[in-house]
Amino acid sequence: MAVIEVNLDNFEQEVKQADVPVLVDCWAPWCGPCKMLSPIVDAIAEEAEGFKVCKINVDDEDILGERLEVASIPTLLVFKNGEEAGRSVGVKGKDEILAMLK
Amino acid sequence: MTDIIIVGAGTAGMSAAIYGLRAGKSVLVFEAAAYGGQIINTPDIENYPGIAHVSGFDFATGLYNQMMDLGAELKFERVTSVEDAGDKKIVRTASNEYEAKAVILATGAKNRPLGLEREQEMIGSGVSYCATCDGMFFRRKDVVVNGGGNTALEDAAFLANYCNKVYLVHRRDAFRGDAAAVKELESKENVEFVLNATVTKILGEKKVEGVEVTDKLTGETRVIEAQGLFVAIGQMPENQAFADLVDLDAGGYIAAGEDCLTRTSGIYTAGDCRTKTVRQLTTAAADGAVAALAAAAGIK
Repeated sequence: MAVIEVNLDNFEQEVKQADVPVLVDCWAPWCGPCKMLSPIVDAIAEEAEGFKVCKINVDDEDILGERLEVASIPTLLVFKNGEEAGRSVGVKGKDEILAMLK
Repeated sequence: MTDIIIVGAGTAGMSAAIYGLRAGKSVLVFEAAAYGGQIINTPDIENYPGIAHVSGFDFATGLYNQMMDLGAELKFERVTSVEDAGDKKIVRTASNEYEAKAVILATGAKNRPLGLEREQEMIGSGVSYCATCDGMFFRRKDVVVNGGGNTALEDAAFLANYCNKVYLVHRRDAFRGDAAAVKELESKENVEFVLNATVTKILGEKKVEGVEVTDKLTGETRVIEAQGLFVAIGQMPENQAFADLVDLDAGGYIAAGEDCLTRTSGIYTAGDCRTKTVRQLTTAAADGAVAALAAAAGIK
């Protein structure tokens, strides 16, 4: 499944009201570690079954970033039933990220 | 058996891989996190000879591609120990065991934490070790910078451009960093120096809401309300796992000269994890070359 770009307008629909767990990658174009993490998140999205994968460019979406209390990037969030169910900061391996979704 | 195992895929480790492969040796590199090491957090590198300007990410990716094209193997496993069995070195990770004729320890250094309660769990929720990475999330907010060296001064100056107020907390009454940088900070209206003081507590439940600062002279405490705590008190190595194999200096760095040789035959060291005075990309790359060529020459 393709990664879904999320912004202030579609956050509610794509993340909060999703009927499956959602992995959200908060990133910005100037962030080196984010570029390291990005292909790992893409690979997870490709194989995603039973969950979906979103990305938020917090440089463009600073209001949404602030609302989600993102204070360092990359930050990975997991949402289940509209609630934040997991959070990790920094580059993580595929297995660690998949474990967050369990 | 692999010819050379390299522990750490930062600038030193990947440079060593390039030199080892070009010397005709097989090379296996271990990395616990992401390749690239500390430099991936740097947006602009402008002091690497021959390259006027490059981002840390592009620099690291260039090293990675060069090493992989030459035939390096990279495994994302944390090395937990290295055993010296004479001509054979046994490298253990959490899940596997590998053998090599030579090992290069290029473990780098990491940001030194203050050692405060809940400091680690607050990373990403107000605690940061990288002002240029995370500063933008504190626009119009109040932040505390802790430290007295050039990094702390640069961080405070950088943050002063975005933040409402910057408190610079330092345990001495004078800064180690450049006098010019101190002067520049003194001229900024939104920067306040809190000297002879240490941060003793992080306040806030889920995110940083302030810090408790203790005056070293009077013992009095003061609460500073702030949403961010930027820690800039230097780097520290992580070499304890290899303490039975190599000598560590008082700071925990691997004792070795410019030849990158350790006290154990066949074990070399390169980069920021080694005892040295200048820790720069160029010295890391140079160490990688020296260590790899020594390792290649030492393999029978």
